[in-house]
Amino acid sequence: MKRKVGLFIPCYIDQFYPNIAIATLKLLEKFDLEVGYPLEQTCCGQPMANSGFEEASLDAAQLFIRNFQEFDYIVAPSGSCVLHVKEHYNLLPGSEAVTKVRENTFELCEFLVDVLKVDHLKARFPFKVGYHSSCHGQRGLCLSQSSELNAPGFSKPKQLLQMVDGLELVELNRPDECCGFGGTFAVSEEAVSVRMGKDRIQDHLEQGAEVLTGGDASCLMHLEGLIKRKQLPLKVKHIAEILNGESV
Amino acid sequence: MNHPEAAKKFVKDEQRTTWHDQSLWFVRTKRDKSSKSLPEWEELRNMASAIKANVLSHLDEYLEEFERNAQANGVTVHWAKDAEEHNRIVHSILAKHRVKRLVKSKSMLTEECHLNPHLEQQGIEVIDTDLGERIVQLANEPPSHIVMPAIHKKKEEIGELFAKTIGTEPGAKDPQYLTEAARQHLREKFLAADAAITGVNFAIAETGGVVVCTNEGNADMGVHLAPVHIACMGMEKIIPKAEHLGVFLRLLARSATGQPITTYSSHFHKPRAGTEMHIVIVDNGRSEHLGQEDFRRALHCIRCGACMNTCPIYRRSGGHSYGYTVPGPIGSIIAPARNLKANHTLPFASTLCGSCSNVCPVKIDIHDQLYKWRQVIAKKKEVPLSKQLAMKVAGRVFANPGLYRMLGKVGRKVLRLPLKPLIYNPLNTWGKARDLPEAPKQSFREWYLENYPKNGK
Repeated sequence: MKRKVGLFIPCYIDQFYPNIAIATLKLLEKFDLEVGYPLEQTCCGQPMANSGFEEASLDAAQLFIRNFQEFDYIVAPSGSCVLHVKEHYNLLPGSEAVTKVRENTFELCEFLVDVLKVDHLKARFPFKVGYHSSCHGQRGLCLSQSSELNAPGFSKPKQLLQMVDGLELVELNRPDECCGFGGTFAVSEEAVSVRMGKDRIQDHLEQGAEVLTGGDASCLMHLEGLIKRKQLPLKVKHIAEILNGESV
Repeated sequence: MNHPEAAKKFVKDEQRTTWHDQSLWFVRTKRDKSSKSLPEWEELRNMASAIKANVLSHLDEYLEEFERNAQANGVTVHWAKDAEEHNRIVHSILAKHRVKRLVKSKSMLTEECHLNPHLEQQGIEVIDTDLGERIVQLANEPPSHIVMPAIHKKKEEIGELFAKTIGTEPGAKDPQYLTEAARQHLREKFLAADAAITGVNFAIAETGGVVVCTNEGNADMGVHLAPVHIACMGMEKIIPKAEHLGVFLRLLARSATGQPITTYSSHFHKPRAGTEMHIVIVDNGRSEHLGQEDFRRALHCIRCGACMNTCPIYRRSGGHSYGYTVPGPIGSIIAPARNLKANHTLPFASTLCGSCSNVCPVKIDIHDQLYKWRQVIAKKKEVPLSKQLAMKVAGRVFANPGLYRMLGKVGRKVLRLPLKPLIYNPLNTWGKARDLPEAPKQSFREWYLENYPKNGK
């Protein structure tokens, strides 16, 4: 029997970045999986909880559990939202369904590498690419090793990007510095948030990246907003789109 | 001023922000190199964290053991429940000895207690002898960093300050020249001092001794010349045994500056013949902090400052933007425990990126505590009404799929209208420097229902 995967599309991707969701769906469909999309999904509750309003996030979290409890795996193209489900759903009353959902929710790259054990991809992307490591993906979900720790290096997303034909990864000066999105931080601390984003973009430009990619559409939304305003020569693509074999 | 406002001011000077960010990043890089030269680094962090956890759960016993042993060494031990009592005790010791001139090596505790102004009001000259501390003292500013108090000042500015205050050549900016001038200036102060105050990095319960780490030797110089030594310590500075220094001293300097060890690790165990040594143990909110289960681990802190150097927000907003003695991530979880109302913006001065927790040598769960403080602050309604309302509304919308979809559709439609000036209005903080994403005609769900009609319900 095929493994059942629930496609978890965070609210802002659903509304603003359907292409990322479509790429994720098509990419998953290339493997021997039964991919379902629960139609009643909204948001995991992270924006409220991270702002200090866990209570206001409870109903959304309960809804999430109801939507996804039937699946073997739950996969999302967003490290941050996945981390919220895994780490902060202890705020829900404990139940078998909650435990099952928390244990089986995966960020896309982590699912491809750890569960599907993908070792090749049919994709071509002949560009110089800078990989933006999102903090929640890296330090929260351990998708890649953090530069602060004295431990062997690895990177699941980069492992996948290296399977893409023609893609050249550039090395950044600061491989895992935060871009400054940070949810409501982007607005409540606008000045610092913008400055952090500009510094990240500058690093990619200095290393000659033509395309900036990453696993968290929220970081990318922030960075792309800055890039577009300044009309900088840097394209932004979510990693799902590249791995699915799309071009710029 | 709250953090976002102060940070906005700081960031306005783009070049200075770049310089500040790069100076601190340089220190972070040194820390990385140094920590990676020890294969057992992560094990040391685990050990240090475990020792501190043990200390905090037996703090009363260790403190009493420490007091007994210190007293047996001939040291007078004092207990202060708050800053005011601490300042009173210090002043009474100084008054007894008719001290007029005092030298002080770096102590964040005395900064926390605002000891200097208290003593100065009583006519005592207080000279900070750590170079960075002396610079900010001459500039009449608080430190902006706990290890590098004057990191916010450029050498040209220090030259200007010294020309005005200690008589160096106007326009001088050569660090060696300026440091030498400060040395000579401080030398006179050391020789004239009637008493010396030091902070305490580690207080050893087993021996009753205290250890002070400096790079300039100023703690030793002060103590060895003056007839009275007062060591002021927060009560969490205890470690059980001298052998534990082997863990902490290796972590402290590497985390702080990337040095294998501070130039001086000075051990003070008893007064020299004919002199007095006092230790003042200060609570000042620590007991209450210790009682808060979610937040007590903040008391593991050994004040290395690594979380400041790595924090992308600290590097781009400067220590003064926090408005608290200890700035940066660790300050942002200590400050609300001491005064929630005054410091309610600090736990939000973070993206929760987690880098602080990763560099912390005693493994404080800093970013998790920031998240938890946010919950406390929101419950106490210390966040703007607009945010409270927005979050409640968002909670309702996301609990109702139909409403969420309807609002999404309307929102996207509005964003697609040719109304740029209306959309990029002064209330749209996001849009000040950033474009909004292009709003697509179809949400993913709408696309899905069209392309996977069988799956639609």
